[in-house]
Amino acid sequence: MITKDYIITAAEGMHARPATNLVKLTKNYSSLINLKKGDRTVKLSSLINILSLGIKGGETISIIIDGEDETSAIIAIDAFFEEELKHL
Amino acid sequence: MMINGIGVSPGIAIGKAHLLKKQEAALSGVVLLNNADVVAETAKFNNAVALSVQEVEAMISNYDQSQGKEGLEILETHIELLSDPQISEDVTGKISKEKKNANDALIEVIADAVQLFKNMDDEYLSARAADVQDIGDRLLRNLNASTPTSFASYEADTIIIAEDLTPSDTISMDTTLVVGFSTQVGGRTSHAAIIARSRGIPAIVGCGATLMDIKDEDLLILDGQSGDIIINPDRETVEQYRIKQENWLKQSNLLRSLKDTPATTTDGLNVKLLANIGDANDMEQAIGFGAEGSGLLRTELLFMGRDTLPGEDEQFEFYKAVALKAKGKPVIVRTLDIGGDKQLPYFNFPAEQNPFLGYRAIRICLDRPDIFIVQLKAILRASTFGQLKIMFPMISNIQEVRAAKVILQQAKDELTKAGISYDKNIPVGIMIEIPSAAITADLLAKGVDFFSIGTNDLCQYTLAVDRMNEQIKDLYDPYNPGVLRLIAYVIEQGHKNNIEVGMCGELASDPKATLLLLGMGLTEFSMSATAIPEIKNIIINSSSTTAKQVHKRVMEMDSSASITAYLQEVTT
Repeated sequence: MITKDYIITAAEGMHARPATNLVKLTKNYSSLINLKKGDRTVKLSSLINILSLGIKGGETISIIIDGEDETSAIIAIDAFFEEELKHL
Repeated sequence: MMINGIGVSPGIAIGKAHLLKKQEAALSGVVLLNNADVVAETAKFNNAVALSVQEVEAMISNYDQSQGKEGLEILETHIELLSDPQISEDVTGKISKEKKNANDALIEVIADAVQLFKNMDDEYLSARAADVQDIGDRLLRNLNASTPTSFASYEADTIIIAEDLTPSDTISMDTTLVVGFSTQVGGRTSHAAIIARSRGIPAIVGCGATLMDIKDEDLLILDGQSGDIIINPDRETVEQYRIKQENWLKQSNLLRSLKDTPATTTDGLNVKLLANIGDANDMEQAIGFGAEGSGLLRTELLFMGRDTLPGEDEQFEFYKAVALKAKGKPVIVRTLDIGGDKQLPYFNFPAEQNPFLGYRAIRICLDRPDIFIVQLKAILRASTFGQLKIMFPMISNIQEVRAAKVILQQAKDELTKAGISYDKNIPVGIMIEIPSAAITADLLAKGVDFFSIGTNDLCQYTLAVDRMNEQIKDLYDPYNPGVLRLIAYVIEQGHKNNIEVGMCGELASDPKATLLLLGMGLTEFSMSATAIPEIKNIIINSSSTTAKQVHKRVMEMDSSASITAYLQEVTT
């Protein structure tokens, strides 16, 4: 299992477009991928759940990955947060 | 019969009504009796998801890229929402555990999700409730269907009538068949209004509940200018409007054909029509409308929607891109105009009682030369790629101009020392938007190369009217004789001192004001690019002598009501 924290740098927080791309990305992996904000954990495969967390700019979230391809998944997610959220 | 709403996209549409009714989401109260029912209802739901995804995928593959990528992004989000495992889990859970049928389970789950979004304190996210409702409606419609509904199955000359248009309604609207639309709710900035204007079809919004008196197949006339909808008109009226429609089409074609015609009055006075822009893309589009450059490049875009200040190199690339797109035409770069209602998340603004009278624009820049000089250096570096001019906003006295120029000189010195080239004679001007600046135009003209009159703020400050305040919005009036006198004085003083005077506020794009402003001696108008052809058409059909007479007459009038009535009369 891999857990990693990210700070959302985009001032507008996690909007529908990047969230949609994140959900699409996670579909490429068989591992169970969860997103945790505060004490709420949701599956990253659900756009409704991600948006419902109301993630704002400056907040910290954790990504928890568990499964066979977790190492390649975390690399892809790392790259996503590096790039995608910078260019909203 | 006639209904009146807000005309948000001009033009005349004549066609048959097509009502987009929202499916009434009614709970059936059915209780499933056995496991076979549960299996059947679950299958029904899964089938609805599959059909709905197919529908939206078809919309994506038929999507016309020229309509902008926003629509595509919305559709992709809808695919994810339709196949959202949480929705699926909740619906199938209600079916299997609470023994509800697919219809009821879906209605409840969507209602909860919509409420969840509506309750969010983030304006953007709460607006996503419309997307959730949209996909919920689609799923519900497909519960009892066997094939996906083909989108945009309209006949030719259809006029859409709806309570409101969902995002997917507006995106999928085939504007070769749909000639206009009207909604019960909405205003000028609603999603539907924006789409209508960008596609050039007439639209009327905010018609209220009476709009639903219209029935399918009713013959309708939509006047997107006046906001009138005529229901089942007699033949005479239809004929009248056909003529009106033809004239309008002729007019708009004429305006488009004016693109390359110079804006010269009948007696040979050359006028410069420029565009207000936000980035390099705008510049390119503006040239397509016949703009001879930009009278206002707003640089705020570069500073907003990010978490740190843009550095010198990044800013340089931005200004350089605009300069290149302008292809040698002049571009007036307005230095940072933040504060007031424009906040930056990474910059600490003090809480203020009157932000519009507060810490903003040049006041911030003079207080924070460390930020200001970065922007000035970036503009200077970009000045070798085109014809850039620098403009300071919110100037209220000559001391501010001098202080800003000291920092500009410092920026130049630093570049010289580093051996970087720039336009050494880059013109420096100011916005005239504060009454004290307008009244001391004689003094300010001696310290700058040009003026640009910002009528929006000038009007707001002169009349002491907050233009965002709905209650007093009627007092916000650029035709107030006081405001007009200030404008005339600024133009007069600019010319007396041999400096250029332009205008970049909304008045510059108001056809009613064109003759008057010409008469005052204004020869540089900067406006949103789409307004250029209409203003040009007025200019090439007017003489500067008539314009001067109009100016003289207006100055004799004591109320904006008589002034606007008179200007309306001489313009048409």
